Amino acid sequence: MNVNYLYSLLAVVVLGLFAYVGAGAAGLQSVFGIFIPYLAVVIFIAGFVNRVMGWAKSPVPFRIPTTCGQQQSLDWFKQNKIDNPSTMFGVIARMFLEIVLFRSLFKNTRTEIVGNRISYKWVVWLWLFAILFHYSFLAVVVRHLRFFLEPVPFFVSSLEQIDGILQVGLPGVFLSGVTLLAGALLLLLRRILIPKVNYISLAADYFPLLLIIGISLTGLMMRYFTKVDVVKIKELTMGLATFHVGIPEGGLGALFYVHLFFVCILVAYIPFSKLMHMGGVFLSPTRNLANNSRMKRHINPWNPEVKFHTYDEYEDDFREKMIEADLPVEKE
Amino acid sequence: MVDILKPEEMFDSIDYSIPSDRWQDVPTDLTLGNFCYPAKKKNQEYLGLVAKDEWSPADDDWKLPDNWEKIIYEGFKERLGKYRSLKIFMDVCVRCGACADKCHFFIGSGDPKNMPVLRAELLRSVYRKDFTTAGKILGSIAGARKLTPTVIKEWFSYFYQCSECRRCSVYCPYGIDTAEITMMGRELLSLLGLNINWIIEPVANCFRTGNHLGIQPHAFKEMIEFFCDDIEEITGIKINPSFNRKGAEILFITPSGDAFADPGTYTMMGYLMLFEHIGLDYTLSTYASEGGNFGLFTSSEMMKRLNGKMYAESKRLGVKWILGGECGHMWRVINQYMETMNGPADFMEVPVSPITGTRFDNAASTKMVHITEFTADLIKNNKLKLDPSRNDKFKVTYHDSCNPARGMGLLDEPRYVLNGVCNNFYEMPENTIREQTFCCGSGSGLNTEEIMDLRMRGGLPRANAVKHVHDKFGVNLLATICAIDRAALPPLMDYWVPEVGVAGIHELVGNALVMDGEIERTTDLRFEPLNEEEE
Repeated sequence: MNVNYLYSLLAVVVLGLFAYVGAGAAGLQSVFGIFIPYLAVVIFIAGFVNRVMGWAKSPVPFRIPTTCGQQQSLDWFKQNKIDNPSTMFGVIARMFLEIVLFRSLFKNTRTEIVGNRISYKWVVWLWLFAILFHYSFLAVVVRHLRFFLEPVPFFVSSLEQIDGILQVGLPGVFLSGVTLLAGALLLLLRRILIPKVNYISLAADYFPLLLIIGISLTGLMMRYFTKVDVVKIKELTMGLATFHVGIPEGGLGALFYVHLFFVCILVAYIPFSKLMHMGGVFLSPTRNLANNSRMKRHINPWNPEVKFHTYDEYEDDFREKMIEADLPVEKE
Repeated sequence: MVDILKPEEMFDSIDYSIPSDRWQDVPTDLTLGNFCYPAKKKNQEYLGLVAKDEWSPADDDWKLPDNWEKIIYEGFKERLGKYRSLKIFMDVCVRCGACADKCHFFIGSGDPKNMPVLRAELLRSVYRKDFTTAGKILGSIAGARKLTPTVIKEWFSYFYQCSECRRCSVYCPYGIDTAEITMMGRELLSLLGLNINWIIEPVANCFRTGNHLGIQPHAFKEMIEFFCDDIEEITGIKINPSFNRKGAEILFITPSGDAFADPGTYTMMGYLMLFEHIGLDYTLSTYASEGGNFGLFTSSEMMKRLNGKMYAESKRLGVKWILGGECGHMWRVINQYMETMNGPADFMEVPVSPITGTRFDNAASTKMVHITEFTADLIKNNKLKLDPSRNDKFKVTYHDSCNPARGMGLLDEPRYVLNGVCNNFYEMPENTIREQTFCCGSGSGLNTEEIMDLRMRGGLPRANAVKHVHDKFGVNLLATICAIDRAALPPLMDYWVPEVGVAGIHELVGNALVMDGEIERTTDLRFEPLNEEEE
């Protein structure tokens, strides 16, 4: 059994305690409330830009789309314009569906041996968990814009309306908060319980999930159980957003700082981790290129000069035999 | 040669349970039968590759060059700088596991390192150690691993257990393509002189003689003339193809396997009959006598060196465009690499079928048309007299070759031709065809005898799908458009589904084609009776 998740769990617990003690007992509220958030954002921006620039610096020498449908050929063969695009429009459609709907993941199958047959069953779970997780995450992030923008933009308020549609509890339950936790837990359980997935998992796969679970739990606790003072938090966060920093009078609870610290760690961790898939998915050469390399010329910027075996060398090698076999030659 | 298990035993031996040791601690099996033989020194020398003295993967000490770590480090760095694909694929994998059971080698072997994600981790772990901050600081916790001779052995084993078929990349949410990873892994190994002979010998042959099999010009001509004699015997029509003829309209290039071994030879006969029937102004070249390109399985430079002959010969002969035969990886090279490597092909014209007048705008830049595109167009325009009943003894299914499917999208053209030339066509289950097709198990230079166990395992998913349509519809012929398939599928069928034969599509075209002035046919192109009842 792969126990990499224990390292990650330990790391998350230690980080949580660090913030709890640091901002709570030690009273370093401005460190955890001001300095670390700024630091995290700086690291995130610099790291993200650096990583993407690093990718962009390497060229794409060849057109290597994975073609997943009929090519454009004779007019009467119906081209699959999305899965085998030959135009920019098709590529955009393909990328849109990939990024917004996780289309490739939706095709997932499970291979099983049934008697003397190998069967491939369509399985939707991974796709479903991934969609649940990512869209919940997005909704939660958008909702949190409320803390950084004044007045609160309409799309944040309308999202809150939809998100709180159940109208239960006080304060009203936001679906996305619950589904984010559920999605992260499902992905974590999958990683621990499915032997193949467990076998391939690194500590770096568990860490972000556990961190997000930590963020989610502290968030839910603040909102529904400890009923944190939102007005004060907004005072702090608006200060951060407008560069008029300051810790609100009376300070904030340690739980809030644990939440914030987890978020900071996550944000700063993104550029150095697999979470960069959020940027990489846009740049993958097997998805974002048109399959038109027979129609249009493409240039490889480092196209090497190589030694060919020329026809003349070939003829020199075989001239006698060619003449004997009545094959035409350049030099008799 | 090592004896392999009987089919039932092999099937029962597949075990998907996970080893108790971490994969990093599982030693690589490099006993005889589990590796491809290394390249002979003379072949490496001839090609100017790093030439290694005779060695065996079964040896404990591989006698790597003194500075091998530096060679790999520098080579890796160079490739990260040249290929965005490599960088992205090293960085973005989330190990979701979607690819895990999509690889035919994993399905047939149960070996976790044949899960595409782990195959990539073999390289990625070293990448993290050498090129990422997290890996340098956190080491194994970040999934980093120091490069050791043991890792090199593991690379050699597993990058030669991948057929670069790209099936995993269909399912990957980021399109991570293990073919790219394997290509890079093989290039790095090659820098240490670690190549396999089944690839390097054909490459060396191809460099010198123009084809993988080392057929010299006079022999090539003789072989083709021999087929013409057979055609005359079957149809009563004498064909005289031309060779290296300047001023021909079209240069025809097909894999040399079609000139060399059954059943590819029947496909070659089919081409020759078709071209004769429509009066095509074409020529064959003994210099550019290879469609395939084992350079693709060696390095991008080697691929370019071999491929260069196609355009060079077209220019020398002054042809207007190139027609390409049935081959798998050949078409990945032509579709995705050729013009970028060796173009521009501005000395030729946009291909136009001289028979139908159809302009192949999809080949406007490379000037090279696939034979099934060409033949489909002929059938569509009623330019061929066909008697599909001559193929009535066959119940046909179609195997999409990996590269035309996932590196091109040539899916409906071969099916259209098949439906035009035979009456009984059945598809295999949908998760095993088109872009989801399974490799023959021997692609990317792995169709060598010494790893028969691996090949039969890797080919199992394909064979099992054939067995399904064999049991259900009585399918007895597997049609394909790939020369490696025509070499690799017959032993695969013999092993798993012995009642099923293998044929190229143009063999079936040749059977069905009613040529002007032909005698009444009594046999097919294999000199077997047209209908089983007549036996």
